[in-house]
Amino acid sequence: MKYSYFPGCTLKNKAQDLDHYARISAEALGFELEEISEWQCCGGVYPLGTDEIATKLASVRALNDAKEKGQELVTLCSACHHVIKRVNDDMKNVDDIRTRANNYMELDAPYEGETNVLHYLEVLRDVVGFDELKKKVTNPLTGKKIGAYYGCLLLRPGKLMSFDDPENPKIIEDFIRAIGAEPVIYPYRNECCGGYISLKEEDLSKEMCRKIEESASGFGADMLITACPLCMYNLNKNNGDNLPVYYFTELLAEALGLKEEVKEQ
Amino acid sequence: MKTEKNRAEMIREISGVNPLKCMKCGKCSASCPSYNEMDIKPHQFVSYVINEDIEALANSTSLWKCLSCFACVERCPRDVKPGKLIDAARQIVVRERGQDYLTPDEIPELIDPETPQQLLVSAFRRYRR
Repeated sequence: MKYSYFPGCTLKNKAQDLDHYARISAEALGFELEEISEWQCCGGVYPLGTDEIATKLASVRALNDAKEKGQELVTLCSACHHVIKRVNDDMKNVDDIRTRANNYMELDAPYEGETNVLHYLEVLRDVVGFDELKKKVTNPLTGKKIGAYYGCLLLRPGKLMSFDDPENPKIIEDFIRAIGAEPVIYPYRNECCGGYISLKEEDLSKEMCRKIEESASGFGADMLITACPLCMYNLNKNNGDNLPVYYFTELLAEALGLKEEVKEQ
Repeated sequence: MKTEKNRAEMIREISGVNPLKCMKCGKCSASCPSYNEMDIKPHQFVSYVINEDIEALANSTSLWKCLSCFACVERCPRDVKPGKLIDAARQIVVRERGQDYLTPDEIPELIDPETPQQLLVSAFRRYRR
């Protein structure tokens, strides 16, 4: 199976691990990520204003590119996923945004939200299947106690993201079980790390990350996993290395016995 | 000069939110991770828009403390989406010339070698026209 793939700005720079481990794991699991040519940054945050069109166009271009190839679009970064999924919903359901974006784009055929947007974790759950993933694990992470850190962007707004139950998600816990480790469920797993606030309000983000990490450690986690480079940054910056944070794709590659392969590249 | 009524209308338009649906249950404020930092709390924000007291909102520190984490949007039983109202108030401020909360000159002081690109693009999108 071949998917259109939107890596996003950070995966080309500070979060290259998130991207590399995802690509080699996909290959081992039998699906291919075909990077969209000339994709543009999604903007990091979904433009909430109903009159904001220009800031949504980068997502529309990527979505339309996937549509023209007849592919579903896969994302990896939580922020890109959030933005592209919500813009796609606008293009499908909000007349005014769809009309104005299409007037601007002048595509061969108008884009009307046809592309299906999937997060990499959704591909693992719904296409590969966690049972199948488990069978392909050659190096199970037995004995590791891992806290899933969901944060905000994958889950909320729940109806629109339709990723998992926004208050009691389980997709990352199921993933952790599939790679042979033990998930640790803790109350702050879907609380905000502070996001972009850490740029100008470092203390505020620090306090939020402290609560998340205390919550996870308190319930027995040895490490956290995330899909978001900004969550990773905020958590790492504020935790004094007590609780290591990894991208979920790194542990996936490790469980599939592929981790050394990346280091050699 | 825009009147308070104009500006309240703009907030309703940009956000697409009808603040009159609010039943003042306070769930948004109870859910807000920035609650302690906000001078006008999320549930109060809704009332300020209803009362067309926009100058107070425009000067509120809450505009810059909201994380867009969507906890209030998710949990609002009346679908009022306080986070969208706060964003619309932020928009009417930064859309006026010279009102950006973040400028490129500040960046060198604020970053470190690990700062992800995502942080900068997100902050600029929220804080600057």
